[in-house]
Amino acid sequence: MSFWTRHQIFEKNSIVLIAGILVVVAIGGLVEITPLFYLKSTIEKVDGIRPYTPLELTGRNVYVREGCYLCHSQMIRPLRDEVERYGHFSLAAESMYDHPFQWGSKRTGPDLARVGAKYSDEWHVTHLVNPRAIVPQSVMPGYPFLAETEVDVAGMADHLRTNRLVGVPYSDDQIANAVADLKAQADPDNPGVEAFTKRYPKAVARNFDGKAGIPTEMDALVAYLQMLGTLVDFKLYNEKANLR
Amino acid sequence: MPKAKTMTTGEAGLTLVFAVTAFLCMIGAAKALDAPFAFHASLSAAASLAAVFAILNRYYDRPAALPPQEINGRPNYSMGPIKFAAVASVFWGIAGFLVGLIIAAQLAWPALNFDLPWTSFGRLRPLHTSAVIFAFGGNVLIATSFYVVQKSCRARLAGDLAPWFVVLGYNFFILIAGTGYLFGVTQSKEYAEPEWYADHWLTIVWVVYLLVFLMTLVKRKEPHIFVANWFYLAFIVTIAVLHLGNNPALPVSVFGSKSYIAWGGVQDAMFQWWYGHNAVGFFLTAGFLAIMYYFIPKRAERPIYSYRLSIIHFWALIFLYIWAGPHHLHYTALPDWAQTLGMTFSIMLWMPSWGGMINGLMTLSGAWDKLRTDPVLRMLVVSVAFYGMSTFEGPLMSIKVVNSLSHYTDWTIGHVHAGALGWVGFVSFGALYCLVPWLWERKGLYSLKLVNWHFWIATVGIVLYISAMWVSGILQGLMWRAYTSLGFLEYSFIETVEAMHPFYIIRAAGGALFLIGSLIMAYNLWMTVRVGEKQVQSPVALQPAE
Repeated sequence: MSFWTRHQIFEKNSIVLIAGILVVVAIGGLVEITPLFYLKSTIEKVDGIRPYTPLELTGRNVYVREGCYLCHSQMIRPLRDEVERYGHFSLAAESMYDHPFQWGSKRTGPDLARVGAKYSDEWHVTHLVNPRAIVPQSVMPGYPFLAETEVDVAGMADHLRTNRLVGVPYSDDQIANAVADLKAQADPDNPGVEAFTKRYPKAVARNFDGKAGIPTEMDALVAYLQMLGTLVDFKLYNEKANLR
Repeated sequence: MPKAKTMTTGEAGLTLVFAVTAFLCMIGAAKALDAPFAFHASLSAAASLAAVFAILNRYYDRPAALPPQEINGRPNYSMGPIKFAAVASVFWGIAGFLVGLIIAAQLAWPALNFDLPWTSFGRLRPLHTSAVIFAFGGNVLIATSFYVVQKSCRARLAGDLAPWFVVLGYNFFILIAGTGYLFGVTQSKEYAEPEWYADHWLTIVWVVYLLVFLMTLVKRKEPHIFVANWFYLAFIVTIAVLHLGNNPALPVSVFGSKSYIAWGGVQDAMFQWWYGHNAVGFFLTAGFLAIMYYFIPKRAERPIYSYRLSIIHFWALIFLYIWAGPHHLHYTALPDWAQTLGMTFSIMLWMPSWGGMINGLMTLSGAWDKLRTDPVLRMLVVSVAFYGMSTFEGPLMSIKVVNSLSHYTDWTIGHVHAGALGWVGFVSFGALYCLVPWLWERKGLYSLKLVNWHFWIATVGIVLYISAMWVSGILQGLMWRAYTSLGFLEYSFIETVEAMHPFYIIRAAGGALFLIGSLIMAYNLWMTVRVGEKQVQSPVALQPAE
């Protein structure tokens, strides 16, 4: 019986064919994906990473909703020009609480992995409303409607709770105070700011959009952009310990 | 004595299921937390009620007996759902190409974003990709797979309502997904953007699709399963696996559109590109190779070049493709071992890809002269040539050093479009040009001359598109890494954006030509159905197509 005649078992039996296909296509995925869940070296050990604050998470959801990832990556590669242009190359740990990840695949605009604290809040607000007011050659769409849209605060605790269910370590305290923390972060005069910064170390409370009142989506998005890449202190980061 | 008319289990069951679904969707619409969810729930309720009405209406109108499996010893093929999918594919194709043209123009002239949420690039881009891949490509695949599986098995499509459920249900999924993008409903996973409820619906539709296809294979009258059906089966099964693996998400509320994906960070990235690259490998390659394996031999009236080559390249292709995903994540925070595996398998993938190309092209042996007289065959053959070109370019770009230049640039966009416009687009157009006269029983197309115009206009469009993207991609990649003699980065980012402007205009022009070509096709197919000469059926049973 030659090899070619043996193949007839697949050609004459649809169930054998479908079983064969399933086995053959399963192997690659199993080998490449499963180890990422148990190999300890997959995610670096590093200090400073914390879950997003409610306001940042809201801003991140705006970022996802508007499809920012289609033109902006959040993944600096360890190449000389990228490290000089954008900063330290991105660590896996820096996106470990990202559901979904936002590494992106295209740079029609620059990488945003470390855009946090590089520009002022006012710069971001002006730029988001009309990019060409600041960068005349820019091809980015304007997002004036963000400043007009108030954040829907009601379901905030549910958002945090859902994140906890998929693996983000939000504490009971953080979930219980989700709405209060969201409001506090957008208003530096809010009496809850102190409790908020205790719950989210290194988080900054500011009036991001420069307007008083209920936080807008502009507040949320700018709060998110301003924290990107700021959590890890690379002066203290032990590169050698995490060589992979 | 004629049998008394009774409802089949399928009719009764589906009516009940849709009635319950309509009720649940109305509750969902009433309790919705956000406007898009309310809109989608209302739309689903209306569609479910329409389905109940359609099923009952069909039941009252139909004779007591269901359509027979055979008439006079010839299989009684089911062509209705195929016709619907063929028409839908032309419609969605034009819509998808148009949105592509709009977003190409937005990159050249950003004022076209109009600063409104639902017209901005970030929302229209998923609309474009989903419309061309899943709406256009998906309908072509459903139409051709239902046609090919019947003809090559000499059996009527399995199920009575099931094929209609697949076709209509799939197009309803497209509607939900597409309108969702405009409202900002997205989970941001490229080519898997639809939110959790759309994903659930697609899962149901897809399982039924698999069952219809598989049960038709099971009841075939031919001893062998024809090679095109191996590819269709691999496409359907693997897309199901990929869809389930990439999309597990937890909704914040069952009455809201927002969900959070189960995977996070690096694992999510790996799942995404395992899915993303195999959407290319199985949706846009395996499925369309099936089209190649049926339509090229039929149109050229030549047997497939090599049976053994098709066996080797089939198993090698589906085995190797699955590994290729990590080449989308070179130099990222994905561990190096995974990147290296992805690169290695991507390079190996060149061989089975070219095995398919050789098998397709060499089928023309002894019939090359037909390329001069038959523009449809020319379109099919050129599509295989584009397949060969882009499956050479792909492995090249997956090499890490090349990727360090090409990644994040327009080179990737150019590469995708060489495959999408040249291979998937042309092989689909070729198949539609064959399929429409067959389905509507016409002697031939309304005008071969118009096919010729379509071919040349679209080809010029593709060449403009991909060469503009090669130049802009490599140019931008080189500008990003350019240093002055003093060791400083030579260009600011915005200077590299400015340099792209002329190429974005050329790209939009290429896209416009491709769109014009498809409009010519739509007119030609429409006239074929409207005024084409009727094909008279021969009374004797024909040999199966193989």
